[in-house]
Amino acid sequence: MTSLLQARGIEVRYGESEAVRGLSLAVGPGQIVTVLGPNGAGKTSLLKALMGALPCRGEIRFDGEPIHRLSLEERAEIGLSLVPEERALFGEMSVADNLELGGFLRRHEDARTRREAREEIYRLFPRLRERAGQLASTLSGGERQMLALGRALLARPRLLMLDEPSLGLAPRIVREILDAIAGLRDRGMSLLLVEQNARAALRIADYGYVIERGAVAMEGSAADLRDNPAVAATYLGGSAAG
Amino acid sequence: MNATIALILLQDGLTSGLIYGLLALSILLVFLVTRVLWVPAGDFLVLGALTLAVLRQGEVPGTVWILAGLAAVTAIVETWRAWRAGDWRGWPRLIALVVVPSAAAVLATLWLAPQNAPVPVAILLVLALVTPIGFLTYRLVFRPMVDQPTLTLMFVAVAVHYVLTGLGLTAFGSESFRSPPFLPGRLDVGFTRLSYQLLIVLAVSAALMAALGLFFGRTLWGKALRATAMQRFGARLVGIRTESMGALAFTIAALIGAVSGVLIGPMTALYYDSGFLVSLKGFVGTVMAGMASFPLSVLGALLVGLVETGASFYASPFKEAIVFGLLVPFLLWRSAVQIRTRGKGHE
Amino acid sequence: MSARRLFLAGLVLALALAPLVLPPQFVTALTYIGLNGLVCIGLVLLTGVAGMTSFGQAAFCGVAAYATALLTVGQGWSPLASLPVSVAATALVALALGALTVRLAGHYLVLGTLAWGMAVFFLFGNLPGLGGFNGITGLPAIAIGGVAFTDPRLVHVLVWAAVALAMAMASNLLDSRVGRAMRSLPAEIMAESLGVPTARLRVAVFCIAAILAAVAGWLQAHYVRVVNPSPFGVNASVDYLFMVVIGGTGQLGGALLGSAVFEAIRTALRDVLPHLFGRSGSYEMAAFGILVVLLLNTTGGGMMPYLSRILPKPAPVRAPGSAGPLPRRERAQPGQALLEVRGAVKRFGGLVAVNEVSFEIRTGEILGLIGPNGAGKSTLFDLLTGVQPATAGEIRLEGRRIDGASPRAIAGAGVARTFQHVLLRPEMSVLENAALGAHGRGEAGILRSALRLDRAEEARILFEAQRQLDRVGLGEFAAQAAGHLALGQQRILEIARALASDPKLLLLDEPAAGLRHHEKARLSALLRELRDEGVTILLVEHDMDFVMNLVDRLVVVDFGTKIAEGTPASVRGDPRVIEAYLGGAEA
Repeated sequence: MTSLLQARGIEVRYGESEAVRGLSLAVGPGQIVTVLGPNGAGKTSLLKALMGALPCRGEIRFDGEPIHRLSLEERAEIGLSLVPEERALFGEMSVADNLELGGFLRRHEDARTRREAREEIYRLFPRLRERAGQLASTLSGGERQMLALGRALLARPRLLMLDEPSLGLAPRIVREILDAIAGLRDRGMSLLLVEQNARAALRIADYGYVIERGAVAMEGSAADLRDNPAVAATYLGGSAAG
Repeated sequence: MNATIALILLQDGLTSGLIYGLLALSILLVFLVTRVLWVPAGDFLVLGALTLAVLRQGEVPGTVWILAGLAAVTAIVETWRAWRAGDWRGWPRLIALVVVPSAAAVLATLWLAPQNAPVPVAILLVLALVTPIGFLTYRLVFRPMVDQPTLTLMFVAVAVHYVLTGLGLTAFGSESFRSPPFLPGRLDVGFTRLSYQLLIVLAVSAALMAALGLFFGRTLWGKALRATAMQRFGARLVGIRTESMGALAFTIAALIGAVSGVLIGPMTALYYDSGFLVSLKGFVGTVMAGMASFPLSVLGALLVGLVETGASFYASPFKEAIVFGLLVPFLLWRSAVQIRTRGKGHE
Repeated sequence: MSARRLFLAGLVLALALAPLVLPPQFVTALTYIGLNGLVCIGLVLLTGVAGMTSFGQAAFCGVAAYATALLTVGQGWSPLASLPVSVAATALVALALGALTVRLAGHYLVLGTLAWGMAVFFLFGNLPGLGGFNGITGLPAIAIGGVAFTDPRLVHVLVWAAVALAMAMASNLLDSRVGRAMRSLPAEIMAESLGVPTARLRVAVFCIAAILAAVAGWLQAHYVRVVNPSPFGVNASVDYLFMVVIGGTGQLGGALLGSAVFEAIRTALRDVLPHLFGRSGSYEMAAFGILVVLLLNTTGGGMMPYLSRILPKPAPVRAPGSAGPLPRRERAQPGQALLEVRGAVKRFGGLVAVNEVSFEIRTGEILGLIGPNGAGKSTLFDLLTGVQPATAGEIRLEGRRIDGASPRAIAGAGVARTFQHVLLRPEMSVLENAALGAHGRGEAGILRSALRLDRAEEARILFEAQRQLDRVGLGEFAAQAAGHLALGQQRILEIARALASDPKLLLLDEPAAGLRHHEKARLSALLRELRDEGVTILLVEHDMDFVMNLVDRLVVVDFGTKIAEGTPASVRGDPRVIEAYLGGAEA
């Protein structure tokens, strides 16, 4: 299988300390790959490095092409997208404007296609339609997450990276959002999902990596990881890692 | 004071207030998008006004050489940067952006200026000559410094103001300029007579502000600019290039400066170094609006214009001191807010 | 005598003898370099040290110059008698202006001083009695003990004596308790949490800079014997800023270097440019602008760093071998409740980040506060340290309420903290960073420090800082710049800094984040040792491994609510805790 995203030996440093240490992973087309691990394991740094928001060392290939020298915006142009943990919405703009800017890279397409794409997001998250005229800063946590996801989807990325989509959300909304994510895979999109809600992530993922202290500690199919007691131990501490 | 004088003062105050308001818009736009305190805003106004004055004398303004030189230096420096980085992607497009508009403006001016171009043509030439200077300033100076602290950016902005003032001196000399009025006299509207100058300034600035409002509120590029100003990381994530937005902000700011220069030209005699004081008055307007709101900045600037006119009537020698004194109650208020909300730190 | 002292002595001697050797126009230039340098020393303190800036320094010179002109010409005072009055008047103005703007974010200070500079310039030109734009003439020369400073060469010596005095006092000040606090001002949150009254100190630095400008203004007024508005406009203030940018704002020497280079370039441009362009105009403005843009584009640090490389280095600050003790706090008996949290609530709009959380910390224990990401730990930590006020509930330290108190007040009550993202002053030495922690245990002020009358207390502070560094195992790194330490060591330095305040309670915010395995083990051992020595510790952490083997008790929060409390063993088996950490969306 050829991978859509292939990363080898990724290293991210903050001054003297290393957040990610020689990490390698791959995401195949139409796959949901999840990256699990305790807080501070380097998951967020990894996503930001892949997106080009943090400088890193190592090799990153997208669709076989090296993308290491591309800027964040250029990576967005070739089909990578990231929904960061802090969501980075345009708080003082309406939901509709946020979505319109989500389609910034599709600005050369005709107006009808773009409107149709926005309609699709409203069908996916009907609550956003109700809030279309509201400022993004007035949304609840779940609605923000939907808006961030919708904004990212409007660029029609080939690889969507999500950082903790369930963070701070009530279980019912987590379910709603994860179902939407699973639906995207079924339409051929590839996803890289960073989650601390391990059970929820492994429920929808095809493949998973467990990382600890910036390196891969374990990897395997989602089904294998679900049943592996060592995964639980990573989260609760006091395991073999000691 | 009788009603006639009051109405005339009000007119004068509104006229200059509107022009300060335009500058306040350019200052706020540049600040929000790039964090640069746009000290040279007034220099662009002066460039616009002096260029128009010289054009209307049927001569070639020195602005031509400033623009040509700046474009040449920028093209060389950008080529050198591309060579050093070994990265030629985007270079042809960039060089085209740097060279083509500048060359067109310079050649058109060289051709049309000696023929005593009609006023509308002269105005178009002014805009075509001054606007690219904003873009070039961004490419040459500010774009490589995006990661610098705000304090450093401010020093650079002041230095750029010095450079522009110095270039203004070489281009225009140290004498003052005043363009002939577009339409002399006043319009009798019954209870008072409105100066045509006020009506022109009012119409043009209202049109410009409305256009900017539409641009920011309705167009994709306008929204992209606002998005960059409020959430830089989010803007980059949706594919908006920060540097394009910076260039756009500087270009619009220069255009606004040029338009204000065209408007103010017939109202007052300007020197090559008059820009700083005008900038400061725009700043007072934006600061009174908390450096955040476009409409409030315009209102603040209108207040500056009115107070200045009033002060020049009652206490002429102290008008500048009074205008800048306007900041005191405002700063007190901000300070009180700051103490109550126990603001976040500086780093 | 160290190489550095030898160099400084040589410099002073050369400057003193210069007027005997140099032709008059050079002496004049040197005098102006000194006058401008005096103003620039203040700007370096303001910009480089305290992270503020001012476009009003020339206006401060002007206030003093006009004050002394009015007093000497109008009232017949002697220049010497008018010096304190002129300086005091300037300081008062600076105090008012500083109190108005210094609290606000940087841009308001910039614009406030710009507006002030403009306004004052026009006032000088228009106020009745100041002689309009021609100014006041016929100022007397300075006379000290019967010696009248009418000869420019004597004035040169006087100006440079003032510069030497200012440099000595400024460098004394920087090397003191107050000076360290000043250098911590750019990191406001850190400074406040160490008990530094940042707003007041900012105003103080602003006033010091104004006073230096005032002295320069007074000297200049009696040197040229004429006062008019033109040297005190905003352009002059910008020139001063350019000087320090050219020289470099990082070191005091940058003030003099910048002033000298500026003068040299200005003279050169005036001589050369007209030849080049065949026309006498002031191209210097454009030339200076380009020079400053180039300098800022390439280094940002000015020229002083290059010069420092060849100059002899100053000796690093060292702690004395012994010194008396600093005051200590009274301590409660082990096992008693030290900090009590009762029903703490924090709402942000509709979001409840902390919901009715109650727990207590007993003297002498290590308590861990844990929970998954987004559970509200950091918000809770902010409530305890006063960074944010609680919406409801009570927090008591030894029975006294501290909820709603400022970070500085909480620090003063004996609660010391560390930061999740290490907050140190990277360019200051490890020892000086640790000494910052003891800020609240000293009292030497600005004047005492500048006059070097603080040495006994300073010795005690440095001794205590060194003692804490030794205690945590960083003693050997005392003289290094803190920025050169590895992250793990920086975290430990933060702990040493906190210990130097003699805290009743130590609050650690995710101390293990980003540490490597062996660093964590070292940190864990250190914290256990401290506990055994009687230090009470609360740590917020998400690294379960780290916490489980370290703490006496745990409090677990999720969705802002306390879901478990108890020993590590009991908490680990709690189904609600497992659920919180592994997620429950499976149902």
